[in-house]
Formats: sequence, structure tokens, C-alpha cells
Amino acid sequence: MSDAATRLRGKDLLGIADLTAAEITLVLDTAEAMKEIASRPIKKVPALRGKTVVNLFYEPSTRTRTSFEIAEKRLSADTLSIAIASSSVVKGETLVDTALNLEAMAPDIIVLRHGSSGACHLLSRICRAAIVNAGDGMHEHPTQGLLDAFTIRERKGRLAGLKVAIVGDLLHSRVFRSNILLLTKMGADVWGCGPPTLLPPGLEQLGVHPTSRVEEAVRDADVVMMLRIQLERMQGGFFPSLREYFNVFGMTPERVALAKPDAIIMHPGPMNRGVEIASEVADGPGSVILDQVANGVAVRMAVLFLLAGGGEHVAAA
Amino acid sequence: MPVLMDRERMSRTLTRIAHEIIERNRGVDDLALVGVRTRGVPIARRLAATLGEIAGREVPTGALDITLYRDDLMMNAVGPQPIVRRTEIPFSIDATHIVLVDDVLFTGRTIRAALDALIDFGRPQSIQLVVLVDRGHRELPIKADYVGKNVPTSLRETVQVRIEEIDGRDEVVIEPAEKGPA
Repeated sequence: MSDAATRLRGKDLLGIADLTAAEITLVLDTAEAMKEIASRPIKKVPALRGKTVVNLFYEPSTRTRTSFEIAEKRLSADTLSIAIASSSVVKGETLVDTALNLEAMAPDIIVLRHGSSGACHLLSRICRAAIVNAGDGMHEHPTQGLLDAFTIRERKGRLAGLKVAIVGDLLHSRVFRSNILLLTKMGADVWGCGPPTLLPPGLEQLGVHPTSRVEEAVRDADVVMMLRIQLERMQGGFFPSLREYFNVFGMTPERVALAKPDAIIMHPGPMNRGVEIASEVADGPGSVILDQVANGVAVRMAVLFLLAGGGEHVAAA
Repeated sequence: MPVLMDRERMSRTLTRIAHEIIERNRGVDDLALVGVRTRGVPIARRLAATLGEIAGREVPTGALDITLYRDDLMMNAVGPQPIVRRTEIPFSIDATHIVLVDDVLFTGRTIRAALDALIDFGRPQSIQLVVLVDRGHRELPIKADYVGKNVPTSLRETVQVRIEEIDGRDEVVIEPAEKGPA
């Protein structure tokens, strides 16, 4: 076997930063096989039978948590989701204590969403269970990066050489961080665009072209990815008003027309229609936003299977 | 390294099996072939081509990946993981006679997994099994309906089936097993 990966090296999926290009390809290839399961009359395979998965979500999430739960159930894992509002966290328990208590009940995988960057790394050091990062603070959201890459590859047949424009609040976005790490590893030409106040410093060192001119980012792009303006984080006066933001950066049909004719439009959701994206674009012909949601289940199945389902491949038939 | 089957022998064997399938099913009505990945798939396609020539019409053919149904997935956390590949069954298997095709029948565990996987796609009228080589050492009560060649083997040997579409040539050979878990 050349340099193709047949397994993930780590016990956890903490971020795209830890993955090699071969490992990313392995996840995407495995997700292709997983995607077919959604079209069967019985959408369930026994691969993770007897494995226990805990979904620990410290931040509100509908899409990601549902997506993980469906992925786990389709692989026959036993799953439980802990909603923090009704847990002992409201009684003051720390993340570490919660994790140690869960660990004592021997789960195989803990899927963690947390508001603090690095929370998954902390858990990884104290837990035997595999930790899957479902978004930690402003750090990474690796399964979103993987499902975005899967969706691009499904539509374009490749990642290398594509011009990808990512427009929005890049400063606070873990989706952006996972996406640029992944796309640059896979050889895409990545442009990051947003108001100067929302452009993190040092993008060039990561191989990303920074710009505050949306027309420059979108021109001849193969992929236009919009990021959510996180209204809850916009107390800092990063731009004058939402209306002004839409006028300068909002993805309108006129701006999309600058991209390649077959360009795809992506958004990790939840969308603010009329803020970062016009409804005509969100619902337009190039939009793959709902494909991203469908692919999220397949990609998460692949990640869970590769972390927990691996055993020795017995060569004999 | 004894060669059990060369290209010509393999071709004659598959032609004979195709005739047996037609004889037993009285034609190819409601018949569909499903190859077990990896080498069962090209073998199934060749059988389908031969059946098509004899019966004068096409027999639907699919591919089944059984990785997610294996019973040894959890046995060992180290070592290479089996790569999951796509299952492609682009037809309804309800009420059809499914002919499952694999290269080597050994412990029977792959076929057990394949039966579980198939049942998740519907309720076939029947499932029959074709294998190119039956090497014995069954661990489950499973038996093939059509066998290319019965080959008594030792557990210290492996049977390698090579198919042109995948390996660049057609042959079946017996080789000493590589050192590994006994």
C-alpha cells in the first residue's frame, strides 16, 4: 500500500490540525460508503453494536447534535445525549468532574460540544473514551470541515486546485478554522473575506488569501462558502449595522454571478437570511446547503466507525 | 506454489456454473446476482455476462460490502482497519432469487455477514451461493449451491484468487499463510 491510510492514528478526533491528507481522504472515502446506507429501506448497520456513545453538549445545537445522534443510531451504537440545562452542571459541576463521572460508566466515545477552546483536548487527556470534537469555542469543528470537504468533492470531483471563497465572521468561526486547515492540506486555493475587524491576523501564514473585497474573493470561485454572522457575538461593534453588512458582504445573486457558472454555494447553518446571504442565493440552483446537512450524517458515521469500529482485518475470506 | 486454476480453467468453470444456475432456476426470470466485495464483484459481472449470452437478456447485478456486518470488527483495536466501500444494489431484491457470489468459501463468516446485509435490503424469494473455491474449514452451518472447485487445504495455507479486473490476471493458487494471528 502506498501512502493511503487504512486507519486513523489518533484515539480521538480533536481537530483537522491532527489529520494528514491521507487520513482526510480515508474519512471521505468511508463516508461515501456510509452515504449509501441512508437510501436503504433499513437504514441501520450493526457495525457499532454494543458500543456506547455519549453526546455531551454544553452549547445549544440542533443540527450537529441531531446529526451525531442519527449517525450513531444508524451504526447501532447505544447513545445518550446530555442536555446541559437539565444536568448537574447547573449545580456547579466542572467539565472535568462531569467527564470523570461519565468515564466511570465506560462509554466508548464522548462527543463534546463546548464553549471553551481546548475543552476536547482537556477531556482527551483524562478519558479512555475516544473524544470527538463537535465544536470547541473558537478553535475547531472538525466534522463540519470534513462534511464541507465531502460535499465539495461530491460536486466537483476533487479538492485540489479549486478556488474556495469563505465569507463572513472569520474571527470567531471554528468552522472557518477547520475548513482552512483541511482545504489547504488538500491543495485548494482558499480565500478568506470579511470586514477588517473580523479578519484574524496571520491568514497568509496559513496559506489563505485575506481580503475585505467580496468581489475579489468570489471572482471565478468554484465554491462560495458563507459563514454565519454570530449575532450573539456582535456586541463588540465589529461593523456598523446588519443592513450595512449585507450591503457590503451579503451574498447576492449579482455577486454570485462573478463566480464560475457552476459554482456551489455553501453555508454551515443556521442561516441569517438577509444578513450574510440573500434568500434567492440560499434557495438558488447552486445551493448545496441541504446536501451539507445530509452529508453530515454520512461523514459522522465514518468518523465514529473509524474511531471505534476498527478491528484487525482478517485476510482470509 | 500449486496453481489450482488458470485463466482458461476459470473461464470454463464460470461457464459451467452459469449453466447450472439456469438449469436450477429454469431460466433467469426474477434472478439477480450480487457479488461480495472485493473479488466477488468482477466474478458476478462475468457470470452475468455469460448468463446474458445464454438466456438472451440482462441479469441485474449488484455489489455488496460486508465490512459493517463483520463479527470480528471489535476483536482487535490495533492493526489495519477494513476499508468500507460502497454497496451498490440498484434494484429491488424483494421476491427475487438472489445469487450471491464470492471468491473463496472458508469459515462461512463472510457469507453470514452477507446474508445479514442482504436481508436489510428486502425479502428475497431465495438466496443461492456461488463460490469459485471451497477450501473447507467451516465454522458456521453454511454451504454453497454452486462450487467452482473443492480444494482440501490446511490452515497453514491460504487460497489466493486473482482476477484480471483487480489483480491483472486470472488464477487461483495455494500459498503458505503469512505469519500472523493463528
